[in-house]
Amino acid sequence: MLAAVLVMALGAIVLGAALGFASVKFRVEGDPLVEKIDAILPQTQCGQCNYPGCKPYAEAIAKGEAEINQCPPGGEEGIRKLADLLGREFKPLSSEHGVEKPKSVAFIDEQTCIGCTLCIQACPVDAIVGAAKQMHTIIADQCTGCELCLPPCPVDCITMEPIAETVENWKWKYPVFPIRSTH
Amino acid sequence: MLNKLFSFNGGVTPAYEKTRSAEGPILPVPLPAELVIPLHQHVGGPPRPVVQAGDRVTKGQRIGKADGNASATVHASTSGLVSAVEMRRMPHSSGLSALSVIIKPDGLDAWGTAKPLDLHTASPTEIRDHLMQMGVVGLGGAVFPTHLKIVPGQPKALETLVINGAECEPFITCDDLLMRQRADTVIAGVALMCQIMKPDRTLIGIEDNKPEAIRAMQQAIEAQHDKRLEVVSVPTRYPAGGAKQLIRVLTGIEVPHGERSTDYGVQCFNVGTAVAVHDAIKLGRPLVSRIVTVSGNVRRGGNYDVLIGTPMRDVVALSEAHADTNRYIMGGPMMGVVMPGMEVPVVKATNCILVGSPKMFPPPPPEMPCIRCGECAIACPADLQPFELYWFSRAKIFGKAQEYHLFDCIECGCCAYVCPSHIPLVDYYRFAKSEIWAREHEKEAADHARERYEFRQYREEREKEEKAARLAAKTAAGREKATAALAVAEQPDGSNNTAEKDAKKALIAAALARAKQQQEQAAAINTAAALSAEQQAEIAAIEARRAEIREVAKPHLPPDN
Ligand code: SF4
Ligand code: SF4
Ligand code: SF4
Ligand code: SF4
Repeated sequence: MLAAVLVMALGAIVLGAALGFASVKFRVEGDPLVEKIDAILPQTQCGQCNYPGCKPYAEAIAKGEAEINQCPPGGEEGIRKLADLLGREFKPLSSEHGVEKPKSVAFIDEQTCIGCTLCIQACPVDAIVGAAKQMHTIIADQCTGCELCLPPCPVDCITMEPIAETVENWKWKYPVFPIRSTH
Repeated sequence: MLNKLFSFNGGVTPAYEKTRSAEGPILPVPLPAELVIPLHQHVGGPPRPVVQAGDRVTKGQRIGKADGNASATVHASTSGLVSAVEMRRMPHSSGLSALSVIIKPDGLDAWGTAKPLDLHTASPTEIRDHLMQMGVVGLGGAVFPTHLKIVPGQPKALETLVINGAECEPFITCDDLLMRQRADTVIAGVALMCQIMKPDRTLIGIEDNKPEAIRAMQQAIEAQHDKRLEVVSVPTRYPAGGAKQLIRVLTGIEVPHGERSTDYGVQCFNVGTAVAVHDAIKLGRPLVSRIVTVSGNVRRGGNYDVLIGTPMRDVVALSEAHADTNRYIMGGPMMGVVMPGMEVPVVKATNCILVGSPKMFPPPPPEMPCIRCGECAIACPADLQPFELYWFSRAKIFGKAQEYHLFDCIECGCCAYVCPSHIPLVDYYRFAKSEIWAREHEKEAADHARERYEFRQYREEREKEEKAARLAAKTAAGREKATAALAVAEQPDGSNNTAEKDAKKALIAAALARAKQQQEQAAAINTAAALSAEQQAEIAAIEARRAEIREVAKPHLPPDN
């Protein structure tokens, strides 16, 4: 148990250091417009926009090669923000690219998983841990809900679970009760 | 004596309704059939359960472990048996459930061993840790972990310690009764806070509609000969008990928008919190109960000493709610929230259970358009422009709402109280705030995802490069070897070298000859000598078919097949 914890901790430290290093060393001095567009995109990295990630889509928008309504996870709000930023006209989400869905995270049925590692290779944000012939699991906090790990799984043991509403993430709705004091 | 009082802008004077519950002693509540103790009762990270069904617990035993520093510990409010650790409905507007420890009391209400702290020997870290372990949080309603605010041995000295006994919200009298009946403990707690934080001065602000409390507190201070403390009577005007408002009245310090009073050398604590600090340090007892006002649609309002986790219904029963009761509100009529049910437990944030009926709190008149009369801005004690906030929240232009300092709104309800158009303004602000929080959370998650995505890209790129480099190195090495061999082979000189070559050649020739012989033999077996004409025809047919298949399959096969 302790060994496992230590190994995971070590892994986390090493990866963290590598991430930090990479973010400094490999920072691309990009086009500021692309960065601005990319900041609006939801970073789900799902490829539904027909580009291999949010950044490539941002680049395509900046070059004027792509419409602003191709990102389903960003939804209507994302399109409005892009329209605002770029001074383009708002358009409803193009249905050929998909529909807006409630945010979900992937879940692996660990009993069925055969440990083929195909899902790891598909995950754009390295949110799956596992090793060959070992059970795999999703780090729910890091899963963007892109669904890219679903098709490669040979035993169909990955499902998308909508994120449950809890007391912590619950949002206030519109007015319901009187605030006025009576006497 | 403080000679000059300041005042805050805005505010309202609603009917106070305090007499409904301000008489009589603070009463105990009989042990309920079960206690439902939610693990997450404070601002900050949710604690993790450390007991399971079937465990016996003593009163004050830890049942939830603080998760990180910005969290607080949770304790069993009485002795008994843990019957379950499960999801239960929360005293929260969402009506959602959260993890709670369910305790069946054994009737003994027996404390475990007390762990008092000696302030003279304890280090600052020990003091903070002790308060966290004792589950002390702000009892004025904000339930912010106290150990995060009590920072002993800070380089920047605390100028003013403000103790909040204003209790400005209508109907609520729990702090009033606490000060009247347990003034000694309150003062002892405040003295401990002074000892820890060493402020230059300590001001206890109490609204002037509570003369008995003021007198009791002054007497307690005199009895303890504590010259550091001073009781200040502040004018009664809602929301004088708001932290920033009370600080402004007492010290004249105007904490700007978006900043905290700590940065201006002032800290503010509720009187109930002072008692909790006293119990935690002097008695070594964690926070397992609090005083709760029951008022509104009941036969006789009152204040009760309630164990955390007691169902609200059991507490209200003692005050005898009228038959037409249809809801409980946690808090007062200005800032309170409607409870999703009557079985929800009393938590550390529960200062009042306001019992409501359709008659007492009729549905609000229909909302009318904002006429921009500016009444709300006059009433706002936080110096905001509520109609602008309302406009942007309603239109979901959240960025603008933030620019107008939405997060400085203390949700006091003054604006909605005076609005001639009956707009439930605060509900719009709550809605906007939670939407903004959700977006900030999403933004953080997106930034994190971007970083991980970019790192993966970088890793894949690096792997590709490494692979290419390896391959190149391999072929380079191979080529070198080949050229070297070629050079050796082509060396014209050296007689024994040629002899060697000749020997090799002979060997190869011999091997080739052997192979050829074997092949011929095998062919001979399979042809004329051993096979009948019929068999030979069959073989030919099979060969033909194979050839045909090969032809068809050609485009589908990998090139080297
Ligand atoms: S569709 Fe997916 S990959 Fe494309 S921009 Fe939106 S989230 Fe990113
Ligand atoms: S693709 Fe499916 S079976 Fe393969 S490792 Fe992932 S979850 Fe397991
Ligand atoms: S008080 Fe009401 S009607 Fe008047 S400006 Fe404010 S929100 Fe508008
Ligand atoms: S609820 Fe907010 S905006 Fe309204 S008066 Fe109070 S602080 Fe001002």
